This record gives sequence, C-alpha cells and structure tokens, in this order.
Amino acid sequence: MMRKSMTGALGAFLGLYAYSQAAAAGDQIVIGDIDDLSGVYADVQGQGGVEAANMAIADFGGAVLGRKIVVLSVDHQNKPDIGASKFREWADQNGLNMLLGGSNTGVSIAMAKVAAAKKVPFFAIGAGGASLTGADCTAYSIHYAYDTTALGNGTASAIVKQGGKTWFFVTADYAFGTQLQEAAARVVTANGGKVLGAVRAPLGTTDYSSFLLQAQASGAQVLGLANAGTDFSNSLKGANEFGITKTMKPAALLAFISDIHSLTLQTAQGLYLTTAWYWDLNEETRAFGKRFFAKMHKEPTMTQAAYYSATLQYLNAVKAVGSTDPDLIMAQLRKSKINDMFTKNGYIRADGLMVHTMYVMQVKTPAESKYPWDYYKVIKVMSGEEADGSQPDPACSLSKK
Amino acid sequence: MFGVPLPAILGQLMLGLVNGSFYALLSLGLAVIFGLLGVVNFAHGAFYMLGAFAAYIGLQFLGVNYWCALLLAPLAVGLLGVAIERLFLRHLYQLDPLYGLLLTFAIALIAEGIMRGLFGASGKSYPVPDILRGGFNLGFMVLPIYRAWVVLASLTVCGLTWFLIERTRLGAMLRAATENARLVQAFGVNVPLLVMSTYGAGVALAALAGVLAAPVIQVSPLMGSSLVIVVFAVVVIGGMGSIIGAIVSGLVLGLIEGLTKVIYPEASNIVVFVIMAVVLIWRPAGLFGRE
Repeated sequence: MMRKSMTGALGAFLGLYAYSQAAAAGDQIVIGDIDDLSGVYADVQGQGGVEAANMAIADFGGAVLGRKIVVLSVDHQNKPDIGASKFREWADQNGLNMLLGGSNTGVSIAMAKVAAAKKVPFFAIGAGGASLTGADCTAYSIHYAYDTTALGNGTASAIVKQGGKTWFFVTADYAFGTQLQEAAARVVTANGGKVLGAVRAPLGTTDYSSFLLQAQASGAQVLGLANAGTDFSNSLKGANEFGITKTMKPAALLAFISDIHSLTLQTAQGLYLTTAWYWDLNEETRAFGKRFFAKMHKEPTMTQAAYYSATLQYLNAVKAVGSTDPDLIMAQLRKSKINDMFTKNGYIRADGLMVHTMYVMQVKTPAESKYPWDYYKVIKVMSGEEADGSQPDPACSLSKK
Repeated sequence: MFGVPLPAILGQLMLGLVNGSFYALLSLGLAVIFGLLGVVNFAHGAFYMLGAFAAYIGLQFLGVNYWCALLLAPLAVGLLGVAIERLFLRHLYQLDPLYGLLLTFAIALIAEGIMRGLFGASGKSYPVPDILRGGFNLGFMVLPIYRAWVVLASLTVCGLTWFLIERTRLGAMLRAATENARLVQAFGVNVPLLVMSTYGAGVALAALAGVLAAPVIQVSPLMGSSLVIVVFAVVVIGGMGSIIGAIVSGLVLGLIEGLTKVIYPEASNIVVFVIMAVVLIWRPAGLFGRE
C-alpha cells in the first residue's frame, strides 16, 4: 500500500515536472550559448559573450512575441562530444530556439550536425574554420564573425604585398590550425610568394623554441603563426626572446584584442592581424565598448561584439516573421541586410557565411598608443567579397542551388 | 642524422637541456614529496602556476622585483603548502594514496579556477629582468641569456636538494622518518613537523620553477596543468621517489623531446609517454627506483 502510493506520488510529480518543462519551453524564447568558459579560449568570448547576448536582449526589450527571452550557457571544455550532447539536450528538453557557438572549430563542426538534425538556427561565432560553410555546412548554420579564409586574405595578402614573399608556418595541430595555414598559404602562393615550410605544434604547447629555431633555419622572411589564444602568445613571446623577430616578420593569422592586451604592446607592437570589429572604429563601436567595459572591465573582442549582433539579428527575424519556426527564420535572415554596430550591409550567402567588412590592423607601438586599449591602427578595409570571395564555397551542398 | 643539419641538432639539444632542467626542477619537488610522504601531489602544477602568479602580483602591485620574487614567491607558496598539509593532507596519510591524489587534484582545480576568475584565461606577461636580456651567439643558434640562467639556477637547486637529502644529518633524519616514523619519533624527533616542512619545501620548489618560467612563457592559470602530466611521467621514468632519478630523467627526457621536435614534431607531446611505457615494461620500478 505504502509502495503503491509512493509510486503514484512519484508518477504525479514526474508528470507535473514534464508539464512545467513543456510550459517553460512554450512561453519563453530560449537562446543557448555553448562555449569554452574555462579553458585556453575563455577570454575570447566566455562570460563576456554571455554578457553581450544579454545586452542585446535588454536592448530588444527582454521579450519578443509576448514571450520572455532567456539565455542558457554551458562550458564545452573544448570537447566536441560535450558540445553536441548539450545542444541535443537543450533542443529536446528545454525548447531551445537558437544557439550561439563559441570557440573551437572542432566543437562547432560537431554542433552543426546537431543543428541540422534538430532544425535549430546555429550561429557559429567563435570558431574560425572555413569548412563550417564548406564541407560541413548545413541549412541551419550561419558562420557569423570571421573565418580562416578571411584571415588569410587579410593578413597574408597585406604582408606579401609589402614584400614578405617567403613564409614559414608554425601551426596548431588541429582542424582550425591546418585550415588557417591552408588559407594563408593559398594567398601567399597566389600573390607570387613561396611557402618554405611548416611545423605542426601540438595544441597547448608551452615551449615553442624548438619550432621557432626550425622556422629561423628555413631562412623565410615571414613567420606565420597559424594558432590562437595562449598558443599564439607563447609562440610570439618565444620569437621575441630568441631574437627571431629581428630577422623574420611575425604574422598573427588570428589574434584577439584580449591576446594583445595580455601580451602588452611592448611584445606585440608592429604585428599585422585581421579582425571583423574593433571597439575604436567609430562612434557606434565606441558606445558599445563603453557599455561593455562598464560591466566586464575590458573592451569587447570582435566575437563578443558578434554575439551581441547575432542575438539582435535573430530577435529581429523572430519579430519580423512573427514566429520561431526555424525555416521561416532562416529564410528571413538570408534575405535581410545586417546593419548594426557590428557591421554595415552584411548579408548571409547561400553557404551560410555572413559576408561583411573585415579590417587588416597593425598593432601600435607603446609610443603611438594614447589611451588605455588604444591598440590598433587600420591598415586596410576589406569588403566582404574581398575577404571571402564573391562566390559561395563549392564544397558546400547548398551552394549549387 | 635523419636528414637534419648538424647545427639544427645542436640547437635542439641546447633547448632540450633548457627544458630538461625545468623538468628536473619540477620533478624533483614531486619526487621529494612522494619519496618522503608517499603523497602523489597532483597540485604540483598548480603550485608552479601560483609561484609564477605570485611573482607577477609582486611585480605589478607590490613593487617586488624578480630577484626578490625568486625568494619570496616560493616562500609564500611554500607556506600555503604547509597550511594545506596541516589542515587537510595530514589526515589522509593512514588512508589509501588515492585519497591524497584526489585531494591534491581538487586543490589544483580550485587554484586554477580562482586565478582564472581573477586574471582571465589568456594570462599575463612578466618581463625578462633587464640584466638577463639579450643572448649569446653560439654560432648555431642564439641562446637567450635568460635561458642559460634558468639552466644554471635549476641545476644548482637540484644539486643542493640532492646534497641536503642524501648527505646531511637533516636528510638522514627525513629518510629515517619515512622508513620508520615511530622509531624516529621515539628518539625525540618531531616527525609531524618534519613531514610538514618537507611538503612545504617540495611545494616551494614548484613555485621556484614557476618564477623561473614566468618571463619565458605566458603566466596563465592553465600553465601548470599542461606541464604536470609530463612531469609525472618524468618522475615515473626516474623511479617514484628517487631524487637522483628525477634529476637525471628530467634532463634526458628534455633532450629526447627536443630531438623529437625536429625529427617528427607531431609526436613531441607523446614521446615522453611512449618512453614511460617502454621503461615500465622493462623496469616497473623506474630507472633508478628500488623494487
């Protein structure tokens, strides 16, 4: 008897729980963020990314279609299986409407597959790998902030045109690093330069001296750093220490303002890099930077700004179509121009790439920097087509339509 | 050799020596702690990281220069180690070694989490002290003066520690206490104090390695966790608890790893573990360990 009533109570409780979950999913708009919140890339978006998404929601008024907007956030620990299973869980149980994807190309490729299976719009922001809109593209993925192709076209072509004809790459040994190296090498050879060699360093290497000596022995003029985060910082520090920067010009194929801040201008000065956004570009970006700084005590990175923009554009699309239907929203996003503080006249190409202006920057010297976080000067403004080509990636099945 | 020019080999050997002396210094602390306390100190990497951060905090906020930091940072972190031994670790000596491992692993995670909260994941830069800037041109490579100093400092500290434990009265007492704590206590030696200071000293060695590393690599919360696994492998290869084994295998593995980086770079982060596997098949107690 006792057992029977216990079972009954449990059943009732479970039923109630399932009901409340479903109800929660029905009257809320759920935005998810899956990112590296604790590892080597945690400063690129991390908590700042969540904050940026929340700022966009607040600016939008906190609700759309009469439904409250909530944000879920989880640390993928740079493990593709965690990212994909959390995405699946949110889609199945929490009524997830849209996902913001943080750092790590490997994780994002795994999550793109879930986006396609669950039909949830997926904004890949922190990850750089161009295959997200190539071989790994889906009808529900948008590659929003930057990709390895644009980085190669920006930094590598600027340096080759200034006479840096021979290159040696120090590459992070995983999907992102190799895609970045390929993109840069393609630009170097297309512009009459030559790649003299490359070395693949394991992710998370702390001592780069051996690799750097190999780079120096190659006699190349340019040291291409196809890595990111602390890998990038440590390899550049090593290049300075071993006097390699005296004979070779370092090229940062991906550097965020958080990296430059932690390296200090003393070490990073003179470096070329490509970025989608910089806080000190114009009045609008400065205004966003100021609001962000008040909360996070640092200037936003380009991808944190993109978190804000992607959230806002998604909510605009929901409002415009009056529904959260993923297919209607994707169609709406694909036909609208993106105009906000992140970019002007951006648009989403058939393969899912958000085509927008990119900037080639040079890091200022300590003498040139006049105020805190005054780190970059604009070397070149690239149109979206210049950065990413005018045609969708033929490797993507959606490009052929 | 393998189609790699001789100057490149010489350069890599030189770098291997530099890294090897780092490994030696770090694995020395681990070996001391394991040999004398029987604790598998998974927090070693975290103490190394805290040493580097102590130097950074000292320089940025308190005006403590590099040379003072070499002394003060290990002292501060060593005291933290003493407190941890007194409050937590002491209660676990009677239990399975697994409990000590779990505790120290938790301490490492907490320390990393706190530092990430305070300083962010991308870390901070620590400048090379002015007097150690620049490099020697060896013909086949430029050896930064700072790296030469690291080799010198590590080898000196390793030598001193070895001497202290193997050749002095204090060291003899320590070794006796590990063999039979009760008997040594009966002779009037305060064994718990001895054990506590040993843990503190082992931790201080890790912090010293952290200060030495600070100007070379980015001072970041994760700098220790990427290194501690390799250092454990070094200690296992040398023979758990063997002081001389830790020093010698640290240096030799640094050299082998350096060569791997020229011959087949992709394998450079696993070569140490392959060697560990081979050594364990051939000599389960490690190269210098007692069966």
